[in-house]
Amino acid sequence: MTDEIRQLIKDFGRLPVDVDTLASNADLYQAGMSSHASVNLMLAIEDHFDVEFPDRMLTRGVFESVDAIAAALAELGIKVPV
Amino acid sequence: MAEFRAATPDQSAFLAELVGQRLLIATSVPGLYGRGGEFEDVRLRVAAMVTAAAAAEAPEQMSFPPVLPRRDLESVGYLKSFPHLAGSIFAFEGTESEAAEQYQRASRHEDWDEYQSMTDLVLTPAACYPVYPAVAARGRLPAGGITVDAGSAYVFRREPSGDPARLQMFHQREIVRIGEPALVEAWRDVWRDRAVSLLSSLGLHAVLDLASDPFFGRSGRMLAASQREQALKFEVLAPIAGPEPTAVASFNYHHDHFASVYGIELTDGTRAHTACLGFGLERITLALFAAHGLDPQAWPAEVRGELW
Repeated sequence: MTDEIRQLIKDFGRLPVDVDTLASNADLYQAGMSSHASVNLMLAIEDHFDVEFPDRMLTRGVFESVDAIAAALAELGIKVPV
Repeated sequence: MAEFRAATPDQSAFLAELVGQRLLIATSVPGLYGRGGEFEDVRLRVAAMVTAAAAAEAPEQMSFPPVLPRRDLESVGYLKSFPHLAGSIFAFEGTESEAAEQYQRASRHEDWDEYQSMTDLVLTPAACYPVYPAVAARGRLPAGGITVDAGSAYVFRREPSGDPARLQMFHQREIVRIGEPALVEAWRDVWRDRAVSLLSSLGLHAVLDLASDPFFGRSGRMLAASQREQALKFEVLAPIAGPEPTAVASFNYHHDHFASVYGIELTDGTRAHTACLGFGLERITLALFAAHGLDPQAWPAEVRGELW
């Protein structure tokens, strides 16, 4: 399922680099993801996995890497192998 | 209709005093006031103080009207971040009989919006917005970038409130810095401190605080958290009415947001960074009346010495 996360990052993260070249713990913001793009990514992840992030998880850190997103989804009961 | 935010008892009492002294002139809409002569005199003196504080930087003057091309509001993403605060301008389009029907309905204060079409104008939400496309249109920046004094423009925020400090239309005294990232950040830091000393010299209890914008909705909560985590926005707070201080100035670091929208480039072709500072002139004026009383003739000599 990390492939699904990577695909969503590819579609909504507006990164200037190929997501597949990034390690799963690579910082997406350092790779060029803007705050506005991270919001689009958050909404796309909610849509795709049919979850709603609680307010406490609407922070920059939760969406900073493939691993961080997978961990956040796991916390919401969505199993993503990492 | 946007939700009306009721005033606290302190805010209502202060508003009644301001209107009673003819410093503010009430209209039928909350948050929309005329300004009396003494109020304007103080407001213009505060604006002049900011002009003087910026003079050493020899900023380029640019003044714009309080309306903006709609296209610019669309390009910068304002409708994503602040859809609830934006004001768009509509105007009549139709036949003579439709004009007559519009008039009839309007005379009875009924809905007449079906005869109105969106124009290519919106109300300016921040005085710095017209500056970025204007600078971008010149081509690459000179080394060291540019500082622009955007003057004291009227800006609009759709926030009807009974709080005299929350106006729907007010003057922002804005200065904008565009250039290399390190220069822009250093400029922002210098002005943060300068603003606190300027306002303190007027006898205001001014304190600096990390802040975030009132972004809309759930995605807005994430944008606000992100803005705080990156320390992109600071405000100077001062007491106006009641125990909670009010933001009277703000310092905003946009990274390359506006530069990427409009293509503002440094000499080497990389994206510039931008920052702006805005003094809320009505709020500073209100804070002065709250701190020193409603008669400026009776203000402390050291405060008058700074302004007069």
